[in-house]
Amino acid sequence: MSNGHVLTPVATEVLSVRHELRDTATLSLLPPPGGAPFAPGQFSMLYVMGLGEIPISLSGDPAESGLWIHTIRGVGNVSQALVRAIPGDRIGVRGPFGSAWPLDRARGRDVLVVAGGIGLAPLRPLIYRLAAEPEAYGRITVLYGARTPEDILYFHQLQAWKESARFHVRVTVDSGADDWSGNLGPVTHLISPVDFDPASVVVFTCGPEIMMRFVIRLLLGLGVAGERIFLSMERNMKCAVGFCGHCQYGPHFVCKEGPVFGYDQVAHLLAEKER
Amino acid sequence: MKYHEIKDLLRQCHGFATLCEEDLDLMAKCGVNAVFREGQLLAQEGHPADLFYLIRNGKVAIETHVPHRGTVTLQSLGTGEVVGWSWLFPPYLWMFDVRALEDTRVISLDGKCLREKCEANHSLGFRLMKTFMGTLVARVHDARLQVLDVYHSPQGG
Repeated sequence: MSNGHVLTPVATEVLSVRHELRDTATLSLLPPPGGAPFAPGQFSMLYVMGLGEIPISLSGDPAESGLWIHTIRGVGNVSQALVRAIPGDRIGVRGPFGSAWPLDRARGRDVLVVAGGIGLAPLRPLIYRLAAEPEAYGRITVLYGARTPEDILYFHQLQAWKESARFHVRVTVDSGADDWSGNLGPVTHLISPVDFDPASVVVFTCGPEIMMRFVIRLLLGLGVAGERIFLSMERNMKCAVGFCGHCQYGPHFVCKEGPVFGYDQVAHLLAEKER
Repeated sequence: MKYHEIKDLLRQCHGFATLCEEDLDLMAKCGVNAVFREGQLLAQEGHPADLFYLIRNGKVAIETHVPHRGTVTLQSLGTGEVVGWSWLFPPYLWMFDVRALEDTRVISLDGKCLREKCEANHSLGFRLMKTFMGTLVARVHDARLQVLDVYHSPQGG
């Protein structure tokens, strides 16, 4: 954690901005002074002066310790302000917070990554790690679903991973224009036991909660054990250190015990309806 | 392509995993190899559904034509997937067009012949019905998930 109090944002500079999609941008920030290295799956709290603070997953390569990279989709006041940021702007940052993808559990096994929409961002650091030493794992499959071809995040990066001999990458969209000749259908349709051994595969998934529910149900049906499925949950995180309770999810605080959970930890909660 | 090679390909298809050797034998005897070039139609909406396909290699689109919108692709299917169930259910007509998105190799199976065998042998009919219902249920789930538009922007911070 950075110097100062865990609840006090540290001012940092936006080094560069990459506009990924019409409503989504990736900001490269200087890490806060004394900031700890982050692990794939963790998040930061980003503060826009005078507007507010929101949790955003770290989406860069963990090996690049000199940069903190966040991909943000503008869906509210704070996130839209972040998407509009320009190099040189100063914003507040706290972190890194939360649990990480347990990549050590996957060593020597097939790995299945299933992402949907902006959910690819929290998984990207994990994919960087897989790409850094693919020989440590079995077959690596990355499946990604987006709304339309125009909504495909990290398009060029997905292409690069696709061309890698050790990666099996498939992308699909829910609806496409006439000129789209790629896959069309939900991301669940891409899941095929041909790609992995259900008896030993380790699964990492992130996306809209309903997408993850369908993905997990399908995987369980194929014989994948719940203890080898990990997902990243999103809740209304405020303090990020388990004090305030805004992100309470059953007996868990998502900011502290999550955002990455084992499926078995939250299986009983996934079916709960919001009230 | 020889009959036993077709049978091997059918055996490798995940959708046919529950079928016994006898059923695979019977299906293989109804199968022939076929190739569709990019853009070519494998099936046409409203036409008799006397065939169905197992994709050996390639990709096809399930399409329909919507007035004032043109051709709309509903789903794509790829290697190892089964295309078509209309041969098994009345009125035995294709519900949508099926177009090759790239050069596509398939096993083309005589659904009409199999349907007649199912009528004559209800035990076989039940097993094939269960197999194709599995495909049908998966496609319904896919369609429902698409309708949910899960990636639509939520309101947030």
